Amino acid sequence: MEKPTLVVEGKRLDGRAFDQLRPIKMKAHVINAADGSAYVEWGDNKVLVGVYGPKECLPRHMANPYKAIVKCRYSMAPFSVLEERIRTGPSRRSTELSMVIRQVFEHTMFLEAYPETEIDIFIDILQAGGGTRCAGITAASIALADAGIPMRDLICAVSAGKIDGQIAVDLSKDEDNYGEADVPVAIAPRNKDILLFQMDGLLTRDEIEHMLDLAYSASSVINRMQVDALKEAYSGERTEAVLPL
Amino acid sequence: METKILDELKKSELLSLIAEGKRKDGRKFDEYRKITVEKGVIQNAEGSALAKIGKTQVLCGVKFGVSIPYPDSPKEGTMMVMAELLPSASHLFEPGPPGEESIELARVVDRGIRSAEIMDFSSFFIEEGKVLSVFIDLYVLDHDGDLIDASALASMAALLDAKMPLIEEGAIVRGKSAGPLPLKEKVVTCTFAKVGDHFLLDTTLDEEAGVEGRFSIATTPTHVCGIQKGGSGAFSKKNILELVDLSFKKGEELRALL
Repeated sequence: MEKPTLVVEGKRLDGRAFDQLRPIKMKAHVINAADGSAYVEWGDNKVLVGVYGPKECLPRHMANPYKAIVKCRYSMAPFSVLEERIRTGPSRRSTELSMVIRQVFEHTMFLEAYPETEIDIFIDILQAGGGTRCAGITAASIALADAGIPMRDLICAVSAGKIDGQIAVDLSKDEDNYGEADVPVAIAPRNKDILLFQMDGLLTRDEIEHMLDLAYSASSVINRMQVDALKEAYSGERTEAVLPL
Repeated sequence: METKILDELKKSELLSLIAEGKRKDGRKFDEYRKITVEKGVIQNAEGSALAKIGKTQVLCGVKFGVSIPYPDSPKEGTMMVMAELLPSASHLFEPGPPGEESIELARVVDRGIRSAEIMDFSSFFIEEGKVLSVFIDLYVLDHDGDLIDASALASMAALLDAKMPLIEEGAIVRGKSAGPLPLKEKVVTCTFAKVGDHFLLDTTLDEEAGVEGRFSIATTPTHVCGIQKGGSGAFSKKNILELVDLSFKKGEELRALL
């Protein structure tokens, strides 16, 4: 397919400003069976996260006597993309993403409080629309909080990038595919620590600085929504979990 | 270990309740939990649906692809059903390649749809050596028992929601449709669990701990189109015929939701 024009009269393809997020919906407690769960709709992305643990670490030889171990699986549903069906099972991409996401939460959780145990994070992309790892991290934080696992912060993630020469936040699928650079970042809102940073494309130092500033402002909006989603799930009686797909 | 002990406790609870003619959630033996079916939930799929039976939630996505036909049916398209028991859905499920439970689930759903011949696979022919394949992917999101009925329901609803892909020059044009996927019947499946001399429709996960065997019957309005006996329990001829009668009756309730 030919590269579409990504910026028309100072606006992006979907009419957004450069510092504007796509519409986002978040809900905690969506899987009855899980210890914690969350669902995030972010633009065209639909992401489901289930969390189990801390629980007995299996196999036993993987257990750490000083802290909990974290297992993370990022996975895309076969029907999550408009293009050809995705084969089931891990790919090289999903293996890498599972690892970098796991590392975000290894930093964030108080793992030393739960020696000999494991904490499982399962991120399932039911529909993909650009920025699935960021939506996944944002949803996983809500699910971990829903599971009552103590954390240093409620991590959120967003991508920034360069499209038709302009720096923009929260790239859509087309902007990611046809833009010049894509930079997903995960941020701890309280102390502004960066816990995930990946980049492909060509950027100057100043462009990276501009992107981080955009990502920081977006992260405060996202963080507020995460808190609201948790407050909603815990404000009344604990009811049956319903996935608002 | 703990699970085994818990299962024994759940079983004895189930048996004592059933002896009094009761179920834990107050349902009759042949009563479904609340069922909802929502179609068109995944826009990137050619068809999709989310089926909920009580706390069990199953998502189904339908995708079309272009593939090489089987040598013995060169003019016919193909169908594949796969089931993924998401590790999010239960502490019993683990990540990894499909195990016997997920393979059985997919194959039971597959047989119901395939035997009823609800799709005309000859209409999936594109050109010599090229046919359409329909992929039916089941995603079990939340497990509280009766996965077969919920999965069969989700797959039928997703097929009813599915649009035929537009074909140009032997390839699928993604994002465009060529009208609804024609379907002859609505196939639904009812699963009965055997506990002593009694049969329970739509068991919860807790109930399933005490079940000896299950009998799943897929039906169209007029025919039985698939059966699977599961578990190690035994069924008599009389049992089976009674369950077939009941599955037609209960099947109508399910069809009304589609």
